[in-house]
Amino acid sequence: MSSATELTLALTSDVRELPAVRDRLRGFARGLGWNEHDVADIVLAADEALTNVIRHGYESQPAHEIHLHARRTQDAARGEGLEIVIRDRARQVPLDKICGRDLDDIRPGGLGVHLIRSLMNEAHYSHREGGGMELVMRKFRVGGADCGGRA
Amino acid sequence: MSEGNLTIRMETAGGVEVVALSGEVDMRASPALRSELLGVVERRPARTILDLSGTSYIDSSGVGTLVEFKRKIERVGGRVVLTGMQHRVRSVFEITKLDRFFAIAESVEEARRL
Repeated sequence: MSSATELTLALTSDVRELPAVRDRLRGFARGLGWNEHDVADIVLAADEALTNVIRHGYESQPAHEIHLHARRTQDAARGEGLEIVIRDRARQVPLDKICGRDLDDIRPGGLGVHLIRSLMNEAHYSHREGGGMELVMRKFRVGGADCGGRA
Repeated sequence: MSEGNLTIRMETAGGVEVVALSGEVDMRASPALRSELLGVVERRPARTILDLSGTSYIDSSGVGTLVEFKRKIERVGGRVVLTGMQHRVRSVFEITKLDRFFAIAESVEEARRL
């Protein structure tokens, strides 16, 4: 039986949904043959992105919409990859404000974007027409299924 | 106590509090963990050992909760040592450079001595 090459999840901004989302994404990436190291990277990056939407975009109010779409991709230069798109209707954050903070400034919070950019090869934020944010992030296999590298 | 996929167990003896976290420390579980750790700060143990050997997953909210706890417990003269980190959990601390911020031991026994 062939594995699914796309995964679409319609979520709400309720943190209680996060464990199930991680399970679904973990199973999806494993089904595409990603190794456990990369699967963990992908799942944590998506979790951090969703957490940011819930906490900062929707200010922890639980009934708002979030859409997650994951798919296998093929890039001419970088080979096979996995793309995750997360869309919301939350408040729009200035794009130049979305950056990882100085890690030498040790304090709680502000690590999510740094983790996303460290765990994935690409992460692009944009404003959606009509309101809300879109994050497109991609991870590419480096050296085959059993030796994925970090960005 | 349990919250989401996280179970928190605490043992206190001789001024050392051992807090064992089993399961997933994510945004759902972090508020409950924060509340439990604030209770530890109020008890002012000389040493707190955070046993992460049963922690299969941690995200930035979980890591941030531990950073906040370390700051608070040190303000009242306590010390915190992490131990039992699984490879994946340790990598989150490494990526965020917090492996340099926390004292990390390989076992609870070593954490009692550090």
